[in-house]
Amino acid sequence: MNRDPSPFRTASTASTATSPTPKYANLTASTNLRYSLTRKSIYDRHLNRTKTSELSKSAFAFLFGEMVQYAQKKVYGVQDLEKKLNLHGYAVGQRFLELLLWRDGRTAKRETRILGILQFISHQLYRAIFQKQADTLEKVRENEDEYMISDNDPVVNTYISVPKEMSQLNCGAFIAGIIEAVLDGHCFPAKVTAHTAPNEMWPGRTVFLIKFEPEVLEREALRVGS
Amino acid sequence: MFLFRLRSSRVFSLAVTMVVYAVLILNKAGGLIYQRDFNPGLQKLSSNDYLILAGTFHGVHAITSQISPTNETSSSGLEVLESENFVMRCFQTLTGTKFLIFAEPRQQNLDVVVRRVYELYADYVMKNPFYQIEMPIRSEGFDRHLTSYIKPHQ
Repeated sequence: MNRDPSPFRTASTASTATSPTPKYANLTASTNLRYSLTRKSIYDRHLNRTKTSELSKSAFAFLFGEMVQYAQKKVYGVQDLEKKLNLHGYAVGQRFLELLLWRDGRTAKRETRILGILQFISHQLYRAIFQKQADTLEKVRENEDEYMISDNDPVVNTYISVPKEMSQLNCGAFIAGIIEAVLDGHCFPAKVTAHTAPNEMWPGRTVFLIKFEPEVLEREALRVGS
Repeated sequence: MFLFRLRSSRVFSLAVTMVVYAVLILNKAGGLIYQRDFNPGLQKLSSNDYLILAGTFHGVHAITSQISPTNETSSSGLEVLESENFVMRCFQTLTGTKFLIFAEPRQQNLDVVVRRVYELYADYVMKNPFYQIEMPIRSEGFDRHLTSYIKPHQ
């Protein structure tokens, strides 16, 4: 089989591409991503339409893998890459929080306490994204302003094996970004980072370390006093 | 009840007799991208010899897929190699990657094993953003899942 396309062949395919039959042109116009066959755009659909729908884990793994590779092209080190993934997650989190609260409707509540917002993240948010709760929620004993949420097997890391020379990296930084956006959205500014913390049962266990800004603790102290 | 017992005893006997010696993966150019021994029984080779083995097998496979005693125009090539001491099963994917499994002679259901290894490869190697296609496989997740699939069968 001759793999090299002959000039004649490329010329002939090009000519068919520039002059498509009217039927073919009609088909492409009606079935692009934004408009379905019923001529309704995605903005015409109800927001709750995708509330319970599931998505293929493989498709997500490929998309996320591609995202990691794309982020990797423009960075200088592991920390830079994690920051980039965190930013991607932040954009998702900002939008997702809005959607989540809208879906709660009248029962939606604005969390004002640290414990409340952390429980919101490890229960409601986690369940909405991953259909499970986060595995643990703990306070760091040494530091007043640090909390940990752990996930035994983060969905984003299922198929990812980090090479040895990048052992510091955890692609859970993406989820950390989502958490950070949700905290920011509730006026709890914080830094969230993802760390690998394996145990015998769960080799991919990831801990999200949440470090609140000092003003959050100040406000919390005022609430306790009142 | 009887049916249930029959079925469970069969599964049990399969699990006991399963001994896989080694798994090799060849890329589409005939280069060795993965080699791992699971049970003792095969001769240890130097890394250079493994590469020669892979290249030689690639050539033999290409020849066997060209010549076919039947009227069919193309053949799938060499699939099973049996000897007194081992059986080798080869599975070639549509993209040209080859999976070789070495096991004890008269080992049954090797095609199932090789399919499962292919599945693990598709999951933990191809979906890993840090894997460069056609390059040697260094994926901790793949190693781990392969071990947990093959080891308990010995």
